[in-house]
Amino acid sequence: MNTTIQMTPPQPSQKPAPEVQKEDAMRLQKEMINANYRDLASAHDQGRKVAATFVPGNLNELVMCFDFARSLPETNALQNGMRKKSGKFILDAERDGHSEDVCTYVKSDLGMMLGGETGPTGEKLPIPDLLLLSYTGCFTFMKWFELVRQKYNCETVMLHTPYQGDGKITQSMRDYVVKQLKETVIPTMERVSGVKFDIDRLRQYMKESAKAEDDLVKVLQSAKNRPSPIDGYFGAVYYIGPIFTAFRGLPEATQYYDVLRREIDERVRNKRGPITPEGELLEEKYRLVVEGPPNWTSFRDFWKMFYDEGAVVVASTYSKVGGVYDSGFRHDPDHPLESLADYCLGCYTNLNFPQRIDMICKYMDEYEADGLLINSIKSCNSFSAGQLLMLREVEKRTGKPAAFIESDLVDPRYFSAANIKNRLESYFQMIKQKRAVAGIATAH
Amino acid sequence: MVPTLKDVIARCEALFEDLHFSAVKEWKAAVPGRKAIGYMPIYVPREIVYAAGMLPVGIFGGGDQMEVIQGDAYYQSYICRIPRSTLELGLTGRLDCLDGMLFPSLCDVIRNLSGMWQVLFKDKYVRYIDVPHNYLDQVGGEFYINEMQVLREDLAKIAGKPITDAALNASIAVYNDNRRAVQDLYAYRAQKPWQAPTSEVYLLVRAGMVLPPEEHTQVVRDYLAAVDKEERPKRDKARVVLTGSFCEQPPLSLIKSIEMAGCYVVDDDFGLIMRWLLDEVPANGNPLEELSKAYLHRSAQQASKYDEKKEDKGKYLLRQVKQGGAEGVIFAAASFCDPALLERPMLQEILAQQKIPYTAFKFAENTGQMAPIREQAGTFADSIKLWSDA
Repeated sequence: MNTTIQMTPPQPSQKPAPEVQKEDAMRLQKEMINANYRDLASAHDQGRKVAATFVPGNLNELVMCFDFARSLPETNALQNGMRKKSGKFILDAERDGHSEDVCTYVKSDLGMMLGGETGPTGEKLPIPDLLLLSYTGCFTFMKWFELVRQKYNCETVMLHTPYQGDGKITQSMRDYVVKQLKETVIPTMERVSGVKFDIDRLRQYMKESAKAEDDLVKVLQSAKNRPSPIDGYFGAVYYIGPIFTAFRGLPEATQYYDVLRREIDERVRNKRGPITPEGELLEEKYRLVVEGPPNWTSFRDFWKMFYDEGAVVVASTYSKVGGVYDSGFRHDPDHPLESLADYCLGCYTNLNFPQRIDMICKYMDEYEADGLLINSIKSCNSFSAGQLLMLREVEKRTGKPAAFIESDLVDPRYFSAANIKNRLESYFQMIKQKRAVAGIATAH
Repeated sequence: MVPTLKDVIARCEALFEDLHFSAVKEWKAAVPGRKAIGYMPIYVPREIVYAAGMLPVGIFGGGDQMEVIQGDAYYQSYICRIPRSTLELGLTGRLDCLDGMLFPSLCDVIRNLSGMWQVLFKDKYVRYIDVPHNYLDQVGGEFYINEMQVLREDLAKIAGKPITDAALNASIAVYNDNRRAVQDLYAYRAQKPWQAPTSEVYLLVRAGMVLPPEEHTQVVRDYLAAVDKEERPKRDKARVVLTGSFCEQPPLSLIKSIEMAGCYVVDDDFGLIMRWLLDEVPANGNPLEELSKAYLHRSAQQASKYDEKKEDKGKYLLRQVKQGGAEGVIFAAASFCDPALLERPMLQEILAQQKIPYTAFKFAENTGQMAPIREQAGTFADSIKLWSDA
């Protein structure tokens, strides 16, 4: 079950417009994201307050308890990246004094502000009434919201999530997060929104979250099938959209994941490969695990490089950045605040290095992957610092080949298509050769 | 015999240049069973390490004298240099004298390095030291006390004996004394920067990374006594605060170049651990509670530490400018240093509002070309001297 959508080309061209293949769930996801931008654009006119927060450690259920409209600056940046707008924003921010060395999500966001806060869909984004600084897994978040606060003087509340330095969540860490929620975060939200906190409302949202999380996990784990019915990196970006952003906890999200799971179940039954923008992948030649976020400015070109080679990503770490649900975590309405704490503490970039390596090795095994590909992102030290050790360790432990490419999130200057394509082609050759050698060894 | 100024400087310089940490090895060898624990910038509660009978050792990268070969193989070109040179130190056996490493909560790179260390040096004690960004005693304070308690128990296991409150209070007193000495050093330089050039002050600070605190206190006191007897020429230089070098350190030649270009550095953030806590930590109370309160309410402000309110931003820097009688600020951040470079535009805006001139450049610990920096610092100093209102 899939639909063909005519995409409007960004520039006038003599060539016919490319046809983009999408699943129904992908289309639905896009509609949801666009609806949220409309919601944000009209929020202040409708007397609603606006909260901005980040994807990892996103407390959407809690934020909704106070009727906030919800803005996610990373999503704004990546949407601007996909729409080819981020390059100018980044240059504008650099001209305004921001270093060329720092995160391009931040600069894209600040550049967008300099341009008058026109959001990715062309609608105006409101200045947030509250910056919920959920400090999970990335130091840059803290500076990002300090910079926004400096510009707009927004009320800001910090939720500091301790890092799993020892590879575990201790009671002290959990208590610390819960206390912050009780003593600073919730009182601030009550004050800014004028809405009193209702824990039963939170429980209700969390019940919905858990249902959607069950379905998301089934969808992501469907990639264990051969052929995989999904792409667990490029395709997963669409699948994680609602649950990682402004929708987790809403019945619409539950419905979205129900629709998605049914679609994927059907593809499994029919032994179909994933839908890509170029069409269905008919022959699965390579199964990969990918570490690191994607590049957004050339997202489709990047995906096509995999499609052209018959490569499917069966599991990715990026699809766990807003919650590691496949390890068993679910939002728990019986222990709402503790569960929010565990959610924040357990996001992928809050895991320590040995945990991240273990997770990748487990994926390599469980998803029967041929190898690991690391897309190292210049902007994102949280992901990138140390990935070369990760590569060595995974190769050592699994005996499977790993490859390394470099790009950026939303800075088009750091996507070199030719280099990446060359690297990928060599990598696939290497996998092929390894297979041939293994075949000879087995024959003997 | 009281050491001469030349002796003090020569000793500090030798300690600074010794990337094999002979002083640490000698300290350990003096009493069998002694242990040493390394730490990276910016801040860890060294009082706990010293109370365990161990030597805290500051690891500030490899500087500009060490060739990094293995360390480079672990990092992409867009990562700063300190983690790669620190790995080089570890992989080449130079840090074998350390029994453990502490990685403070500072940035994603140092945070991830803690896990890399766990993978690469499995026989060593490794701990990531998280510090709170919630400054309420009953919230962030309680968490931080728990974190310190874990460190205390871990180190007690390694030492083979508990770390008592009495030992912790004694250690706090030693570090209070050391902090007073370093504060005196900084105050002296701010008052008479021609007498105590930053190239010397910096060496004294770095000596504190490898010497036991009592010994370091004495070295600082010896320096102050010796340098005050000298008559050094006073020049008409611009008084500046240098900020942004709290983690990866500029090469000594860069500091000298700034001074030679016409600047007196009257305050800085090198080796900030020496002055992180702003005043005395009571040495007769519950030691972890007192260390926590000092961190939460009486510690330096810096890019990796959250500012709760917009109006707090830049207060520490403005105070440095005021107390040091500075006429301008030099932002000297390591290339790819996220905290410093993200913080910089906010601080620059605040300085502009206060009409305090500033200039900015980036460096790496192995920066070799000083001419551009000398020219920039010289132009900045000239602009202050020629065009400022003062």
